[in-house]
Amino acid sequence: MSELTHGFTDGEEVLRLERLRKTYNPGTPLELEVLHALDLRLVRGELAALIGPSGSGKSTLLNVIGLLDSPSAGELYLLGQPTRAMDDEQRTHLRNQVIGFVFQFHHLIPAFSVLDNVLMPLMIRHGKPTPTDIERARELLDAVGLADFAQKKANQISGGQQQRVAIARALVTQPALLLADEPTGNLDTKTAEGVFELFRRFNREFGCAVLVVTHDPRLSASCARTIQLVDGSIVSDQMNP
Amino acid sequence: MHLLDSLWTEWKIALRFLADNRMQTLLIIVGIGVGSAVIVFITALITGLQANVIERTLGTQAHIRILPLDEVNRVLPAADGALALILENPRAQRLRSISNWQDVRDALDGQTQLLAVSPLISGPAIARRGVARASVALMGIDPVRYQRIIPIAEDLIAGHFTVGAGHAVIGKELADDLGLGIGDKLRLDAGEGRETIVDIAGIFELGVRELDSRYVYLDLKQTQTLLDLPGGVTVIDTTVRDIFEAETIAARLARLTGLQAESWMATNGQLLNALRSQTMTTQMIRLFVGLSVAFGIASVLAVSVVQRTREIGILRAMGSPRGQILRVFLLQGGLLGLAGSGLGGLVGWSLVQVFNIFGPGLFFIPTDPTLIPVAMAVATVTGVLAAAAPARRAARLDPAVAIRYV
Repeated sequence: MSELTHGFTDGEEVLRLERLRKTYNPGTPLELEVLHALDLRLVRGELAALIGPSGSGKSTLLNVIGLLDSPSAGELYLLGQPTRAMDDEQRTHLRNQVIGFVFQFHHLIPAFSVLDNVLMPLMIRHGKPTPTDIERARELLDAVGLADFAQKKANQISGGQQQRVAIARALVTQPALLLADEPTGNLDTKTAEGVFELFRRFNREFGCAVLVVTHDPRLSASCARTIQLVDGSIVSDQMNP
Repeated sequence: MHLLDSLWTEWKIALRFLADNRMQTLLIIVGIGVGSAVIVFITALITGLQANVIERTLGTQAHIRILPLDEVNRVLPAADGALALILENPRAQRLRSISNWQDVRDALDGQTQLLAVSPLISGPAIARRGVARASVALMGIDPVRYQRIIPIAEDLIAGHFTVGAGHAVIGKELADDLGLGIGDKLRLDAGEGRETIVDIAGIFELGVRELDSRYVYLDLKQTQTLLDLPGGVTVIDTTVRDIFEAETIAARLARLTGLQAESWMATNGQLLNALRSQTMTTQMIRLFVGLSVAFGIASVLAVSVVQRTREIGILRAMGSPRGQILRVFLLQGGLLGLAGSGLGGLVGWSLVQVFNIFGPGLFFIPTDPTLIPVAMAVATVTGVLAAAAPARRAARLDPAVAIRYV
């Protein structure tokens, strides 16, 4: 367990955006602001859906929050730490410590086994996995119903299974914030519902904040909170009944 | 400990990436192997060839010869303000002894760079048997010292190596020309009525025609008498530890003794030139083969970086620092170099054995036990260096872009 996620209680702030802007090609004729002065706060234990039409800036926002991209103005706080002034190394470190990613196309590493894929964030963090690490990875695989697939190559299992492995991988570091970019985007409805159920379940069990980008209104409706982004601005942010 | 632990992950990823691209990895390893085999074989071959040529050439001659200074005309300097026009003929160089040669010999004995020091007296004579005549070179030697320069006894084909008291050892060609065998008598005429008759004690064959047809070995005393240089020696032969230092050492010995010192390098200019061009050619071949191996590794890894763009993006998104990505690809370069040169070293070594067993048998190639480890070390470093550019590219990929790469 990392020092950063240790000792967090429910309701504590995980993420805060302050007047955050993202501009592409600044200072050129092609300058384009895709995120306009966003303010957003996410606390531990929250499950929020981020919805919006294509091109509204959802993916960009998720990349910025996930420290894969840097904001052009404003500030992004993760666990209370301002991140804009951080260099690449600090951001990479923080990403490993605080954030779990799940992508639309699973993005497992096909050369590795399912178990090694789940362990990868821990290997990146401290090298050879400890018995505790392996135990935790197996527990997570068990939790997503793939305990028997641990030794399979990542490209030898189905899309739905791969997405469940990706979720196990995102959670192995016990991140404070789980980011998912259309995690059910290319899964059939039934598989999608199963995967989404996992998000709800881990959100409850681990108490991490979850931010899910989705196009599926049924799925977003099942989240406690729905944030709607249109043309780079938050047009609605509401709690679902 | 932290460094070792974090490198564990790099090792795992690098090995898995290489194993995953089995065909690509295998092909480049074979490619590196062929290059390394060429380098190992050609290095062993040329080293062996040069050692052989040097052995054959320098096995029958001294590395540095110490000679008396040439005699020159001494001209009285012209008085101040006077212009002197001088017409002179160069002096004929008569045979003469090195003065105080015993002191010179003792001084040379004290030089650690010299392996052997052998004073000898050498001059021309006519060898006669019946009506047959041959011009020969008399070699008056100290047999013990001389053997350290040229181990004549090892090249005897008949008789034994005895040069004292009316005995002589001659070459096979001379023996054939004059129809001489062991125990036969030979008349030596050094001119101006100085003659002697010697018994043939031994016949040698060095395989160098000039020596085999001309050299007549006697002891110092007999030769001094024949050449009318009582107590004198005309040259001091020496051998050195590092033969390619001969020229430098010769210059130093010349200053030390105040005599002429001629190194084999000065007298065998063409041989030295040939050896040097050979060495240079070998180095060029090694350089270019090495370069093509390096470019091979670089291009395979460059392709691999493109192929693995998305995986690099995933690793970065999971918090893998740039340095880690860099090291993963540097490691792959090093591993390819190591594996390829291991294979190539084995093939090169086998080629040398095949050459030694089934080859033309002109000479034997010795296998230097350090050659293959050194080749592997160099190849590994080359691999890491060749991987530098692709690895930097991989490390600089923007994770947000890389992860969407298809």
